[in-house]
Amino acid sequence: MIRGLMTAAILTLAATASNAMAEVKEFKIVIKDHMFEPAKLVVPAGEKVKLLVINQDATPEEFESYDLYREKVVAGNSQIVIFLDPMDPGEYSYFGEFHEATAQGKIIAQ
Amino acid sequence: MFSSAIIVFREVLEAALVITIVLAATQGVLKRHLWISGGVAAGLAGAVLIANLAEQVSMAFEGTGQELFNAAILFSAVAMLAWHNMWMSRHAKTLVAHLKQVGSSVSSGELPMYFLSTAVGLAVLREGSEVVLFMHGIAAGGSDNGSLFTGGLLGLAAGCAMGALLYFGLLRIPTGQLFRITGWLILFLAAGMAASAAGYLVQAGVIAGSKPLWNSSGLLSQHSVAGQILHVLIGYQDRPTAVHLSFYLATLVLIGAGMQLSKKKEPAQA
Repeated sequence: MIRGLMTAAILTLAATASNAMAEVKEFKIVIKDHMFEPAKLVVPAGEKVKLLVINQDATPEEFESYDLYREKVVAGNSQIVIFLDPMDPGEYSYFGEFHEATAQGKIIAQ
Repeated sequence: MFSSAIIVFREVLEAALVITIVLAATQGVLKRHLWISGGVAAGLAGAVLIANLAEQVSMAFEGTGQELFNAAILFSAVAMLAWHNMWMSRHAKTLVAHLKQVGSSVSSGELPMYFLSTAVGLAVLREGSEVVLFMHGIAAGGSDNGSLFTGGLLGLAAGCAMGALLYFGLLRIPTGQLFRITGWLILFLAAGMAASAAGYLVQAGVIAGSKPLWNSSGLLSQHSVAGQILHVLIGYQDRPTAVHLSFYLATLVLIGAGMQLSKKKEPAQA
């Protein structure tokens, strides 16, 4: 029963979230040959941001950022959405955990 | 090779420590290995399934499916652990008395195993699906995949070794104290899981996030081995937000209160 309640709660929360998503600015990052493009992405500081991460490689990748406290797997040839909380101006690094040697990127909030 | 070892180690560690604590918490229960390995096997099967559905899961709920899935799994595991702890605070005394008789063990009817078995399965499912995806990616391509694969196996072995170390440490605790200590371990494990679940809800945009309350990554990085172990065991985070902290504390208080209440209901007996 607890799990039923939990599912219900999560569905409600998800519905609320999709309403709140309306005015958030969206930015794109493409993964190709285990590299991020653009490697430096400029986003506005102080507001919530939506990232669309598109993986054009056949292999999966994990988008991970210690600075932004985010981690999310992107399957091969697919895409994910990540929301970022309002940031102070500055540089925030992220990387692809599965190909850390080449998959390095920065988000610049200004 | 080393990098893939580290990636797999990180993913395996959490599940390995959960299994370890559960093994310690069920000392002397007959057939517990069946329950626990059943949980692990179900978790592994689920992990393979989820890894194959990664794209669909991810794009569900307008692209926040992965976060909601992780949060749901973590909250379910927290519920299972909470249940177990409350059950134990009511029955621990009788159990310990029973176990102290030489050579005696209790049946899984006397200590219900399904809460913990489910918790183990959920932990394996969550961490396992990422390992499966990663290893599948290695198998799918790249020139150096033989050594990456070896690395993955090394990581798996290292994760299990950490679990074994903790297990043999816990075994040194005398029976009378064991359940009290595993109870505390499970309590903090659950609180840390609830905080992580809340983090996923923030990432999904369900709960409004905020700036971290502090940054202790210079002091102890959450991504170092020690930081990672503390993260699993007590929910250590080097950049926690108010959301993380409130879910953490609320879970501690709620389960703690539940354990206290269950204790009072125990009928007076020796």
